[in-house]
Amino acid sequence: MSTSTTDVLPLRTEHDIVLARQQVRRLTQALGFGLVDQTKMVTAASELARNAVIYGKGGVVRWETLADGARRGLRLHFIDEGPGIPDLQQAMTDGWTSGTGMGLGLSGAKRLVNEFDIETAPGRGTRVTVTRWK
Amino acid sequence: MDRIPILRMGEYLLVTIQVDMHDQLALTLQDDLTAAVQRVGAKGVLIDISALEMVDSFIGRMIANLSRMSRILDARTVVVGMRPAVAITLVELGLSLAGVDTALDVERGMRRLRASVEESGASIVDLDD
Repeated sequence: MSTSTTDVLPLRTEHDIVLARQQVRRLTQALGFGLVDQTKMVTAASELARNAVIYGKGGVVRWETLADGARRGLRLHFIDEGPGIPDLQQAMTDGWTSGTGMGLGLSGAKRLVNEFDIETAPGRGTRVTVTRWK
Repeated sequence: MDRIPILRMGEYLLVTIQVDMHDQLALTLQDDLTAAVQRVGAKGVLIDISALEMVDSFIGRMIANLSRMSRILDARTVVVGMRPAVAITLVELGLSLAGVDTALDVERGMRRLRASVEESGASIVDLDD
């Protein structure tokens, strides 16, 4: 499997959430994703970018396009150095929220992608990696 | 400051969301629209989201809240024009928008809005009889 075009955007403000989803839209279009797949990946990115801005106190999103034989994919890494998630199992539960949201951010984003990985520890920030294949 | 315009047509309010909204813009619309419903005594609100390429949990929650808030202020809300890809994604995300009235396009939405406003008007007359 080969990867290419790695790049990064900051996630500091609400406006950065908009820029991140517009970037993910462009990337999925360039990879030739269908409209539903584009929309799922953009929506997952919006949820995870907001988590990084609000709960992670800011961070970055990195991306790389993937090629595995004829398959093409997009992998996004949402990285923050915020407080981390003390109880990951709880945070991944539908409807559970520590803030004012609906508690669908993490669990919902997971359902919208093909691969989902999260690393977090109290005081050590959070890193969420999602991949969607065409 | 950015604002989404709210148009008045008689006793109805019409909002067309044509930009990729940041969170504060969505919250401002929620405030502006509920204030407008009260100020003009609107009976119905039509929200056109046909230009929205994505509805995430934040925007979805704003739409559901708007619908509930205007209901409490005695106005009906119909959300029109949701793209199929957005609907598919919303359901997988886990957001069903329960209690939100929808229609495929503006014309059907207005018809539905008029019908539900007339229906609620009729029930008041019934009570008076």
